[in-house]
Amino acid sequence: MATAAIEQDTPDRSRLVEERLVKWFFYAALLYFAISLVGGFLMALQLVRWNPFNGLEILSPGRWRMIHTNAIAYGFIANAFLGVLHWAVPRLTFHPVGSRALSYFIFFAWQFIVLSTAAGIILGPTFQDAPWIAKMSRELGVAFCVGAQGVEWGETPFWIDPVALVGLACVAFNFMVPIAKSKGPLYVTLWYFMAAFVWTFLTYAMGNLLPEYTVAGTSAGAIGGLFIHDLVGLFVTPLGWGLMYYFVPIMLKKPIWSHGLSLVGFWGLAFFYPLQGIHHFLYTPIPMFLQYGAIISTIAVELVVATVVINFMGTLWGNTRIVIDNIPIRWFYTGMIYYFITCFQCALQVTLTFQQLIHFSDWVVGHAHLVMFGVFSQWLFGMMTYLLPRIWGRDWASRRLMEYHFWLSAVGVFVMFLDLTMAGIFQGYFWSSLQPWEVSTEGSFPFWAVRVFAGLAMFGGFCCFLTNIWLTIRPAQGQAGLRMNHV
Amino acid sequence: MFETKTGIIFIAGLFFFVLAFLGNGLVPMLMYKDLPEQTAEQVVNARLMTQFKDLSERYAESFKKYDMEATEQHAADALRLGRQIYIGEGCWHCHSQFIRPVSNESRRWGPVSQTPEYQNELQRPVMFGTRRVGPDLSREGGRRSNDWHAVHFFRPQSVSVGSPMPDYPWLFDGDPDHPNRRGIAVMTYVQWLGSWLPSYPYYEELKEIEAEE
Repeated sequence: MATAAIEQDTPDRSRLVEERLVKWFFYAALLYFAISLVGGFLMALQLVRWNPFNGLEILSPGRWRMIHTNAIAYGFIANAFLGVLHWAVPRLTFHPVGSRALSYFIFFAWQFIVLSTAAGIILGPTFQDAPWIAKMSRELGVAFCVGAQGVEWGETPFWIDPVALVGLACVAFNFMVPIAKSKGPLYVTLWYFMAAFVWTFLTYAMGNLLPEYTVAGTSAGAIGGLFIHDLVGLFVTPLGWGLMYYFVPIMLKKPIWSHGLSLVGFWGLAFFYPLQGIHHFLYTPIPMFLQYGAIISTIAVELVVATVVINFMGTLWGNTRIVIDNIPIRWFYTGMIYYFITCFQCALQVTLTFQQLIHFSDWVVGHAHLVMFGVFSQWLFGMMTYLLPRIWGRDWASRRLMEYHFWLSAVGVFVMFLDLTMAGIFQGYFWSSLQPWEVSTEGSFPFWAVRVFAGLAMFGGFCCFLTNIWLTIRPAQGQAGLRMNHV
Repeated sequence: MFETKTGIIFIAGLFFFVLAFLGNGLVPMLMYKDLPEQTAEQVVNARLMTQFKDLSERYAESFKKYDMEATEQHAADALRLGRQIYIGEGCWHCHSQFIRPVSNESRRWGPVSQTPEYQNELQRPVMFGTRRVGPDLSREGGRRSNDWHAVHFFRPQSVSVGSPMPDYPWLFDGDPDHPNRRGIAVMTYVQWLGSWLPSYPYYEELKEIEAEE
């Protein structure tokens, strides 16, 4: 698409959208993505015992494993979503965000939150044995962690939790204002967004306050399960699908196939998704009837997912050629296929039969990578690929690098997924057959080695993206924007 | 209702979320409300004190340097700190703490986990874990000696050949014979795991236990 055409289809945009901020959010997101990749790579090297930094405290793979997951969730995905939301919400509602000054405040506050989380995770354990900390935790009866806290994805050190909640409230306010001002029927995207703003705040408050301060043991496990699942299901998923409902019809230039299926998809997700958290802890002492409930609602949401995916495939029908020509659309639909695969896998792995074998194994790790990288990160890469040229006002410098970014990421993550899924099955049988523990780590070695290279492919794809950004925006290359590349 | 702002915010956003929280979060809380939550001081037991005394004799220099004594209060403090190190160093991302009633787990590790075991301060938040790269640790206490643990934390591969566990030399002052406060704490914590069960194995008395059986 030529620059002139880009100018034409986005009229009067500076009034609505603060584009500089969208760009800033994207750049911050990409920085954290790189950090997350480094953390994952370090852990992968440790597992195959090739870690060159073994024994170095601040590069401890145990700490960097938490950097890996937190940088993806709060650094990359949250920042990238905030960027796209600043683009999409004003355009959907025809009103700018509540306050631009607040938007800038959110940008800096969020970077503060992410960076201090990282600092807490990396430096906290080093200072944990200061005598005053022991004294305070004894007197207050509170597990006083200056470093990470013991809830997955809630590792955010305790002093950041209230700041993050204020930040999330600001985000909700800033985007709810234009939505509240808008008149007429609400588009599907806005259903997802509105619900997501409420859910994210509630989920974050629940997961970061209850298991740490109020309840212990099994009940804390139930809430921890709700938290990790709701963070994916009620923060990332509704924002992700909401944006799919926004971008796909615009780029295909036709409406979503079925409004009825959109309704089923949204309300099915809203009802069934929050009920599933306990499926992370099957066979624990959490009451069995709650475990059954979580299993049933998980299988139910898989049917809902099928309706959503069918709806999008119905929208694509008749234009399938665009998947080859248009790289953002290709990112989106690849992500949707991966989403269907993960959800289908989820309906199987959530059963007690599968859980006997695969719980605690690399199967789950493969599943998580396919969701967070294969679906949501790929969607966000697609959105960046689509939006960045419009913000810069110039087209991508290299179509070839875009292709490499796509193929290395999409194939890399799928190889990693298949590899870890198989590893999980092997590990499950090694364990249940009561062989010595070393047999399971030795037997995992080939899978872990393949995973290193799959991760390197994803890393390589990301480097292509960064190179492409550099080639496009470097000042000397002013002519690049005039080249005719299909975005 | 299904496409209006109020419907979405109040039914989907608030009501469904609260419904799920009541069903999945509040129910277990109410079910276990009569199980008292113990403090770290209350979970210190005779078996743990045996281990803690052993640590204080074996690493007398470290105990002196860090003002620690083999008393119950110091053991409780060590448990708290040890648990925080366990979390901060990410141990719980590679080691679980629950024995499931399936897949021969009770044969490998010991009795199946039950709710009362987790009703204490040291399980807030609960350390069920998420992945088993290394073995489950909820029955680990007493299985291995303190000096084994010291060497293992310092350089796992020297006692557990081929282990993918990273080295933790910063839990020591230079060598495995001189654990620092964090090192002593995390060893105390590991020796505590499972110490509330009759099945807690005393490695020194293993022969006697075998003879009894």
